[in-house]
Amino acid sequence: MLFHLAWATLTRHRSRTLLAMLGVAVSAAMLLDMVMLSSGMRVSLRNLLLSRGFQLRLAPKGTLPFDTDATIPDAGNVIRVLRAIPDVGAISPVLGGQLHVAIGMRTITATALGVEPAVQGDYEIVQGRTPAAPNELVASDDFLRASGAKIGDTLSGASGYDPQLRSLTGRRTFVLVGRAHFFYMPAEQRAVALPIATLQGMRGADARDRASLFMIRARDGVDVDGLLRRIQAALPGVTAVSTETAMRQVDERLSYFRQLAFILGAVSLAVGFLLVATLVTVSVNERLGEIVVMRAIGVARSRVVLQIVLEGVVIMLAGALAGLVLGLATARYLNSILASFPGLPAAIDFFLFEPRDAWRALGLLTVAGILAGIYPSWRGASLPIAITLREEAVG
Amino acid sequence: MSDADALLVTHDLRREYHMGEELVRAVRGVSLSVARGDYVAIVGPSGCGKSTLLNLVGGIDRPTAGTVTIDGQRIDQLGDAAATRFRLRHIGFVFQRFYLMPALTAIENVELPMAEARLSREQRVRRARELLAYVGLGERCDHRPAQLSGGEQQRVAIARALANKPELLVADEPTGELDARTGAEMIDLIARVNRDGTTIVVVTHDEDLARAARRVVHMRDGVIVDDRRQDAP
Repeated sequence: MLFHLAWATLTRHRSRTLLAMLGVAVSAAMLLDMVMLSSGMRVSLRNLLLSRGFQLRLAPKGTLPFDTDATIPDAGNVIRVLRAIPDVGAISPVLGGQLHVAIGMRTITATALGVEPAVQGDYEIVQGRTPAAPNELVASDDFLRASGAKIGDTLSGASGYDPQLRSLTGRRTFVLVGRAHFFYMPAEQRAVALPIATLQGMRGADARDRASLFMIRARDGVDVDGLLRRIQAALPGVTAVSTETAMRQVDERLSYFRQLAFILGAVSLAVGFLLVATLVTVSVNERLGEIVVMRAIGVARSRVVLQIVLEGVVIMLAGALAGLVLGLATARYLNSILASFPGLPAAIDFFLFEPRDAWRALGLLTVAGILAGIYPSWRGASLPIAITLREEAVG
Repeated sequence: MSDADALLVTHDLRREYHMGEELVRAVRGVSLSVARGDYVAIVGPSGCGKSTLLNLVGGIDRPTAGTVTIDGQRIDQLGDAAATRFRLRHIGFVFQRFYLMPALTAIENVELPMAEARLSREQRVRRARELLAYVGLGERCDHRPAQLSGGEQQRVAIARALANKPELLVADEPTGELDARTGAEMIDLIARVNRDGTTIVVVTHDEDLARAARRVVHMRDGVIVDDRRQDAP
């Protein structure tokens, strides 16, 4: 009966209730977006780093993976040292570079990754197959779109350009054997992957036996931090970082994102709270007579409070559900804008939806709705009945 | 009649309150005994304390001094929750301005006190329909207050007041907002409620309503100045 009365009271002032719900929906959408933003990028990056199961990365001393153009020398020896450590499961060396591909009279330039195709962790094949021979490569959709090339085509590529001779260097002919999705590439980045030995050979002396990065997968059940320490001891000339270390560094760099999200989320919550508190206060003041008469005919104070609080909670919940849809739509739109952020992998989501975020936002809004209704309802239900009726009669 | 036989007994009842700087002595030592099944009209000029006395008798105001006993129970000493429960079970209220819940239909308004008394929905609906039929609104159960005339709203308020079968019905100017013809119908209805066994205390300026009562208590300046029985019309 109390729920029915709360609902009937809300529907009696349809437009006012609807406007309040819309206000809460906007506030809830922003709150959800801020909750998603506060953890989205971190979770998304972590998932990305661990997606292929490589928990450790080796970069040139003092750098982060692909932070600079620096490379690790003596790559063959690094692999031998790593293989000597029993807890190392798989090693995937990567050399970065560029590939200039002649298409008719023009040249297309793409980021080139030299990898060991059997253990690589940079791409997944969408169509075709992974390179099996030294002169085979796979390419991203953006490269295929720009070049017009198709699987099975033969391409003429070069790893560099000599400005004095005005000619391409490190030329090689390739067969395009697959279309691939590259995990770590920024949006609209043209990319190709080919065997690392081929790229090393094309780049000449400055890349011989060098790698930009090693990705390492530990054997099952191995303590990754312990393995990290053993690698650091065995290879003092490189920087070894675990996913956790990388995440800590990312956390430090992105702390302002979380602070911003927290502040905006708190503001959204406060706006929702004030909106409902105002509406409930106005509603209570409009019907003081009804409220004290409910008390007079024997409705307990707690039940009157409950009925009025229910009104606030219904507005909050209905608004929050609408806000969930609105929040997801705005997050999707904002994500599409931020996905083109320079240098960031396109696979990173700034706004990552997780059900617990929705529950968290819904929980916060429900609590805010209850709190918003408690004071005005308690005030209304605690008014002296006789005096209030007399004042209502005079008014 | 001894106090032991009475449904309602007040003893040396006083109510004072401040209005700004001024101390208002609204009720100044009223002792009144109302027999079970009686019909009492309290009359007097505006500001004489009759509505304050009714509020004290109905348990929605607390006396400064004195006692109020209903059906053998002192209600002037009850805390808020106990007083609320007592009102729910033992006292029905009718107000000048009806005070129905505008969001609820007539039948839902009558159900409200029964829901609070934890009656099942089936019991509530059955009794609410009976009560609305009793007050002559059997066909208007699903109308909201805004769709009813003043007289019909007051009938719904009387049905609501009778919902939990109270021993005592208190009414404050029940005909105050009604025209003469509707007021007369209301007077008949209240008399019928009394004939059917409910004790009634009504505060009124309406001479016709006072004439319908079996006993008329006159108040002036917070005290009873006259208290006489009269023949029922």
